[in-house]
Order: sequence, then structure tokens, then C-alpha cells
Amino acid sequence: MLAHLPILQVIVPLMAAPLCLFLTRSRLVWLFALMVSGAAFLISVLLLQQVMASGTIIYELGGWDAPWGIEYRIDLLNAFLLLIISAISTVVLFAAHTSIKEEIPADRHRLFYILYLLSLAGMLGIVATADAFNVFVFLEISSLSAYALIALGKDRRALWAAYQYLIMGTIGATFILIGIGLMYQMTGTLNMYDLSQRLPGVENSRTVFVAFTFIIVGVCLKLALFPLHLWLPNAYAYAPSIVTAFFAATATKVAVYLLIRFTFSVFGLSFSFTALPLQMLFVALGLLGIFVASFAAIYQQNVKHLFAYSSIAQIGYMIVGFSVSTTTGLMATLLHLFNHALMKSALFLALAAVVYRIGSVQINQFHGLGRQMPYTMAAIVIGGLSLIGVPLTVGFVSKWYLVLATIENGWWPVTVLILLGSLLAIIYVWRIVEAAYFKPPLAGSESIKEAPLSFLIPIWTLVIANIYFGIDTRLSVQVAQAAAQSLFGVSP
Amino acid sequence: MLMGLYNYWVVVVLMMVGFYIVIAHGNLIKKIVGLSIFQTSVFIFYISMAKVDGGTAPILAEGIKQYSNPLPHVLILTAIVVGIATTALGLALAVRIKEAYGSIEEEEIQKKDNLDC
Repeated sequence: MLAHLPILQVIVPLMAAPLCLFLTRSRLVWLFALMVSGAAFLISVLLLQQVMASGTIIYELGGWDAPWGIEYRIDLLNAFLLLIISAISTVVLFAAHTSIKEEIPADRHRLFYILYLLSLAGMLGIVATADAFNVFVFLEISSLSAYALIALGKDRRALWAAYQYLIMGTIGATFILIGIGLMYQMTGTLNMYDLSQRLPGVENSRTVFVAFTFIIVGVCLKLALFPLHLWLPNAYAYAPSIVTAFFAATATKVAVYLLIRFTFSVFGLSFSFTALPLQMLFVALGLLGIFVASFAAIYQQNVKHLFAYSSIAQIGYMIVGFSVSTTTGLMATLLHLFNHALMKSALFLALAAVVYRIGSVQINQFHGLGRQMPYTMAAIVIGGLSLIGVPLTVGFVSKWYLVLATIENGWWPVTVLILLGSLLAIIYVWRIVEAAYFKPPLAGSESIKEAPLSFLIPIWTLVIANIYFGIDTRLSVQVAQAAAQSLFGVSP
Repeated sequence: MLMGLYNYWVVVVLMMVGFYIVIAHGNLIKKIVGLSIFQTSVFIFYISMAKVDGGTAPILAEGIKQYSNPLPHVLILTAIVVGIATTALGLALAVRIKEAYGSIEEEEIQKKDNLDC
């Protein structure tokens, strides 16, 4: 049983998804989905323990040897990502039953859980597999269910957002497919480890350059790197609130993982960063992303839009950390993956609670909510502080390492810009605080009550995690550091 | 040069045609058609690269020494299925958009959205 954990991690939610069809009552399906997601979380914890104790786990599907058969390879980075995804999915799912009651028609609840589990399985699969083509398959499983999930939103704009995401996402995935094909053409293998052994032999051919470019552009579309981010704000704003909380915390993170995996492990550091001016390009795009998206966030009237733009800015920070291409830089990126997942899931879940109570996330509807929904609003404030990077929250930890990495590298202007970018976060978070605490309540809003416990428990679990991992950084820093070091070790 | 790489020329032309349609056309159905063409070009690309000169089908039989690589064919079967699913989902969304907005022209939808804001 324990030996089969890597495959169970993916297959459990994948198999559970169609089983939902046999359950009729919405509550039953919810409990079932929650159990499945919880099982996935348990498996990921066990996997992380195993990896930390005894190193990389290699699992050959069906017993076929690696270059021929598909191989799952769980190292620290994979285990870390699996943990983030399954943990967030479970916590978010806890609030799903209450939240979708208001947002999705009853006859579609079952479909919602099926899509949710499929999407979860896809994301876990992307991370677990060590086969380049398998990545594409899982990417499409998670994306196709994501388009459908977004289209479940109440507003008709959800349909339009889902359509646009479908077009952009498919182009991105097809680019990745082209890249994988070109790599296969040059090396005759799809196994990532095998690829990393064989690519150096042919790395000066134009085909490999083209393959690399296609994969990078495809992945960047998926991770919403500025200026390829256009699909993201509307998709996040009009999707059902639960879906937003889940995707904001996980979907882009998986794409960042792919970026790291392909550049560091498959193509190798020397090729990725010396053969192409990737470093300059990513630093520039990352910083531009931080500023453009943060400025855009400041002017949003819809709070979901606001945090969606802030997500794009946060991805900018990850990309800057990535492009420093030192151990500390990569560590900052990995930490921010983890920390941003915590903040954004907490924030979007709190917004889900607001939607549940007042049915809107327009900022002018937030007036006086600080008194009427004190716990929910406090969660938004703490999440916002974390977003800014105030000490004692997780946001501070990752910003700290990011600043450290840029200083180590002597990139002073970048350091200054990162700090300036954080100031912009203060402005947009302040707008919400101002509306919620310093404006008189709207007429007729006396009846608004605090969100029910089924929201408050998961929200505060995440908020406390935000504070806990901001103070006790042992787990996250240790894992991120070891993962970053091993990435640099594998490809000198 | 031109004839030797014939398949690849077809791939590139189809790819650009499909990509151009996706970007340039405002009609949602046409966009999906473009997307399908774009994906089809990748299918042809995979199938072409599997071909070995003078090779036959990969069957274990006497007299067959050189055969084409079957793996890309298998891979692309998967990708074809994915492509169908994407097209189906895209068209389904187009139907729902038509019901909700009364139009499948990008410009009109955008105009109605701007009125909502």
C-alpha cells in the first residue's frame, strides 16, 4: 500500500469523480468529495514524510522500466506542491456545501463536485508525473474541468470568461504539446529524467531552442505571466466563489511548478539561463507584472477583481525570484508558492462568505461590514496584511527571502522595486479596510449577520496558518530550501 | 528542401492559419474552428515525425525489419481525444453564450458586458 502512494495520490480523486454520479443528495456528494480530498491530503503528507526520510521516490507505472513506461517521480519539490494542492483543496471544500447552495442551481451540485475532483486529480497528476506527455494529458484534464467550473458562475459574464480562458488555455497547452513533440523528435524519449540526460547532447540545435521557447510561452500562458494574463481577472471574478478560492491558490502554482521543472530539471540551468536571455526577460516581465497589476488592482470596484489582479502581481514576485536563479531566489519563489496559496485561499474564501451574506462583492457594498461580519472582515484584514508582507505573517517570510536573494545578487534596483510594489499592495488593501471599517453601514443592511461556521472554520484555519507559518517557518523554509538546493544539485 | 520537408510545411501553414483565425476573428464559432485547425496541425506534426524512411507498419512478422515509430501515433490519439473534448466544450459554451447574450460576436458581447459594469 505504502509503496503505491504516488499513484494513489492521483488515482483516488480521478476514480472518485465519476463515482459521485451514484450519489443523489447534494450533502452526500459533498461529504464524499470532502473525504476523497482529505484522503488525497493524507497521502500527500505521507509522501512528504517518506521523501524527507528516504529521498526521492520513483514509481514505475505497471512495472514498466522508466524510459519505456511512465514513471512517477516524487522529490521534495513535488511532495511540497502535492501537499499545498491537496491541503488547500480540502480546506476550501469544507465550505463548498454552504457556498454553492446560493450560487449554483441544485441540479448541478453533483456536476460541480465531479468537476472539482477531476480538476484536483489533474493538478496532482501534473505534479506527480515525470513523463512530459503525461504532463500534457493531466494539464488538459485539469484545464477542461476548470473551464466548465468557471462557466458554472451565476453571472452570464462567467460564460464569456470561461470561453476566453478556454481559447487562451488551449493555445497554451497546444504550445506545450508542440514543445514536447520537438523534444521527442530530438531525443526519442519523454521521460523527464531521461530528457535531462539526453538534451545536453543536442542542445545546440535549433529544434531544441524552438522546443524550449514553445514550452516556456505555453507555461507562461498558463501561469498568467504579464502580458499573458488577460484570461485571469474575469475568470476569477465571475467563477463561483469556491472555485475562485481553489484556483487562485493552486492553478497558477502548478504552472509555476512546470516552469521550474522544465527550466531547471529538464533543460538544465546552463541551457535555460545562458543560451537564452531568459533572466533579463523574466525579471522585466515579473516587475512589470507587479506594477501594472497592482495599479490595476487599485482601481477595481469588484473586490474579486481586485484580488485577481493582486494574484497576477504576486505571480510577478515568484517570477522575479525564479529569474534570480540562485538557491535563495528559487527558495523565495517556492516559499511564495506556499504562502500565496495560504493568503489567497483565505481571502477568496472570506469573499465567498461575503457573497453568501450580501450577494455582491462590489466595494461600495462593503460599507460597515467590519461591524456586521467582524470575523470575516478580520480574516480579510489579516490576509491583506499578509499580502503586503507585514512581519509575523507568511507574506513577510517570502518577501524577506526575495529581497535577500536580490541583494545577494547585487540587484539593488530590483530590490527597491519589489519594496515599492509592496507599497501598492497597501493601497488596495486599505481601500477594503476603509470601506469595511470607516464608512457608515448602508441603509437596510442591519439584518446582515456574521457568516455561518461552515465558512468561519475553514477561513480561520487558513488565517491561523497564515500567522503560524509566518512565525514558525521551520517546515516551509526547510522544505523550500532543500527543494531549491536539490534543483540546483541535479543540474549543475 | 521544399519537397523533403513537405509535411512540415503543411504543419506550419496549418498552424499559422489556425492561429490567425483564433486571433483575428470575432465570431466564437470561427474561433473554435481556428483552434481545431491549430490543434490538427500538431497532430500532423507528431504523425510525420514518426515516419521512418522505407519503414512499414510496426508488426511483428517475417520480412519486416524497418518500421515506423508507433509511439507518436499513440500519443496523438490521446491528443485527438483532448482536442475533441475541447471543441465540444467550446461549442457548448458558445451555445450558452448565445442564449445568455443573444449573440456570438465578440464585439457585441463585449459591448453588453461594458453596459453591465
